Amino acid sequence: MNDFRLPLGTGAEAFVDWVVNTFGLVFDIIKAIFQAAFDGVDFVLVAPPFWVIMIVLGILALGVRGWKFAVGTLVGLVLILGVDQWETAMDTLALVVVASVLAIAISVPLGIFAARSALASRLIRPVLDFMQTMPAFVYLIPALLLFGIGVVPGIVATIIFAMAPGVRLTELGIRSVDKEVVEAGQAFGASPMRILRQIQLPLATPTIMAGVNQVIMLSLSMVVISGMVGAPGLGQQIILSLSRIDVGLGFEAGLSVVIIAIFLDRMTASLGDTQSTGMFGSIRLVLRSGKKQDAARDEAKVPAPAEPARV
Amino acid sequence: MVCTGERVTNSNTAAIAVKANHIYKAFGRRPQEIVKMLKAGKSRAEISSLGVAAVIDASFEVKKGEIFVVMGLSGSGKSTLIRMLNGLWDATSGTVTVGDTDITDVSAADLREVRRKSVSMVFQHFALLPHRTVIDNVAYGLEIQGMGKEERLAKAQTVIDLVGLAGWADNMPSELSGGMQQRVGLGRALAADTDVLLMDEAFSALDPLIRREMQEQLIELQAALSKTIIFITHDLNEAMFLGDRIAVMRDGRIVQIGTPEEILTDPANDYVAQFVQDVDRARVLTAASVMEPVRAVVTTTGGPRAALRIMRDFQTSVAFVLHRDGSFVGVVRDRDVLGLVKAGETDLLKIILGDAVSVRPDTPLVDLVEPSVESALSIAVVDDKRRLLGVIPRVTLLAAIGNVSTQTGSLPVIEPRSTISMSDIADTLRDTALEGSEL
Repeated sequence: MNDFRLPLGTGAEAFVDWVVNTFGLVFDIIKAIFQAAFDGVDFVLVAPPFWVIMIVLGILALGVRGWKFAVGTLVGLVLILGVDQWETAMDTLALVVVASVLAIAISVPLGIFAARSALASRLIRPVLDFMQTMPAFVYLIPALLLFGIGVVPGIVATIIFAMAPGVRLTELGIRSVDKEVVEAGQAFGASPMRILRQIQLPLATPTIMAGVNQVIMLSLSMVVISGMVGAPGLGQQIILSLSRIDVGLGFEAGLSVVIIAIFLDRMTASLGDTQSTGMFGSIRLVLRSGKKQDAARDEAKVPAPAEPARV
Repeated sequence: MVCTGERVTNSNTAAIAVKANHIYKAFGRRPQEIVKMLKAGKSRAEISSLGVAAVIDASFEVKKGEIFVVMGLSGSGKSTLIRMLNGLWDATSGTVTVGDTDITDVSAADLREVRRKSVSMVFQHFALLPHRTVIDNVAYGLEIQGMGKEERLAKAQTVIDLVGLAGWADNMPSELSGGMQQRVGLGRALAADTDVLLMDEAFSALDPLIRREMQEQLIELQAALSKTIIFITHDLNEAMFLGDRIAVMRDGRIVQIGTPEEILTDPANDYVAQFVQDVDRARVLTAASVMEPVRAVVTTTGGPRAALRIMRDFQTSVAFVLHRDGSFVGVVRDRDVLGLVKAGETDLLKIILGDAVSVRPDTPLVDLVEPSVESALSIAVVDDKRRLLGVIPRVTLLAAIGNVSTQTGSLPVIEPRSTISMSDIADTLRDTALEGSEL
């Protein structure tokens, strides 16, 4: 009895071997694309002098949430610069941006699909459960085998780990759109695609954006772990400090992660919020009320009928 | 139960806008099997283990320009029924025809075309697009029809004025009260300019005052636009107020189809009877439905002696006077006629009472209360040519409003009894016999 062992692990190993041997070329192509995407974003963030990036991020913060958040962002970025983690922080940011954009690009359509088909929903749900609960480190092993050491296995592992809430919240958002409003679209003869575009997606946006926010936050936490397979950035610094038991470096790199996390979280949290307090939101409101005033003025010129027309 | 199919087939005179032909809707794993069992005579309760039969064997025809109300309590299947009329739900069995199209047998694309061109809908909870302005909501149907932006906004603006929302075009729906939001919903359906309008409990979510206002406005709009309206409600008073015809539903079946008066005066079964007992009868019943046959009728040429004789025979104190061509003149009282005869006069017109009220047959009873209070005389019901169709004494009016029979006493108390004694009349008639015969 002691000798008996379920050969699950061996099976998984054999499967990964088979995949590596059979689809090697496909994975090489994927690797090239991901690598290029990361290099591109990383170049944009690292190449310019630090103050350019600071100003850009500060303006974004000002636009989305207001001046307090902009000041907070600048203070945080200066802190990162002060502990000499600027470049690694930018690497991490680039990794998060690439991984979460890809994760969102996969998870939102999957969520829409799951919302429209009960069968798809039933099939996708256990897969998501599996992806979300499997310890994140485990993904790194096959990713390493498929893509070798570097940034790409980090991105792939991050995508797999982070996409689940994107799918779930997209499905939830679309399913919880008021049935009567969807019926209204159908009753006036709108096609399913049109109902999706004009009714379901706009009304599900707050929930979908909550999903996007979750995807980004999970990406960030995974990006640190992916430092173990050679992905550059703050993750590598943290792993270095762990191996050296360097408390100081660990604290500095960790704090940098926290600052980036807060920045990304607050930014994306207010994207789903239509009553945004930031400058972009204010501009939107001003534009709308201006339109209304124009309309009111037009009406004042033409004497409106005091009563509904009665024939 | 009333066989609904037969009841409506005599309405071939007007064009049919919507026709439901033995439609069933069952929910469950095997809906077809449920329908098969229902057709074999099983009851709704007997198939409950397999699923729910929401609509069972519903057949009706809605004429063009008619307001057809489907009334029933919640769970009676009325909302499912209306959703089969534009294909939001597929009928499990049976056919639905809108205009010339059998919508139970068309492709999804053709069905969308029918919805764009022929049937629009107003929803219970308004179902506005919350992220669009009022005018964009109203123009939604036109947008889907493929109309250009400027044209559809212009058209939407006229509809907004029509439903009484002028000045609110650029507001968001959330900035409007419930009643106004439903005006947007109504405007959206009207702007689509379809012949048929489905209204699913459209006013049920509004508070009573606003509801009344909307009902009246709908009637007004309907008078101007002549749409075919199928209106779902659980409120009998609303059904009676709006409906040209009403279909009463219970447990998925239509138990009666008829005009509000038919439903009220001739309920098909105990359920309908019980249902209508609380309705405001005075607003639904009309003069024609409660009037009594006229008994004491005299003509102006007949003279007072004839009048007196007739009143004696019927033991009544008043007689209704008609011209020779049958048109209604007024009422005379026995005492006055007696005086006239004694005085040897012959012209009945001299003693016609001025306060006799005449009404049209379609006047609701509620409008008869005031004249009935003001005058003890029976109210005359006359048609367009003032021909006397019947009379409504006070007692009849009270009995009709209170839903009790006038035939309870030993004698039908219909008109005021004679106020002068029989012998008096007989004496007078005898005394004046000579003069009378000379006439």
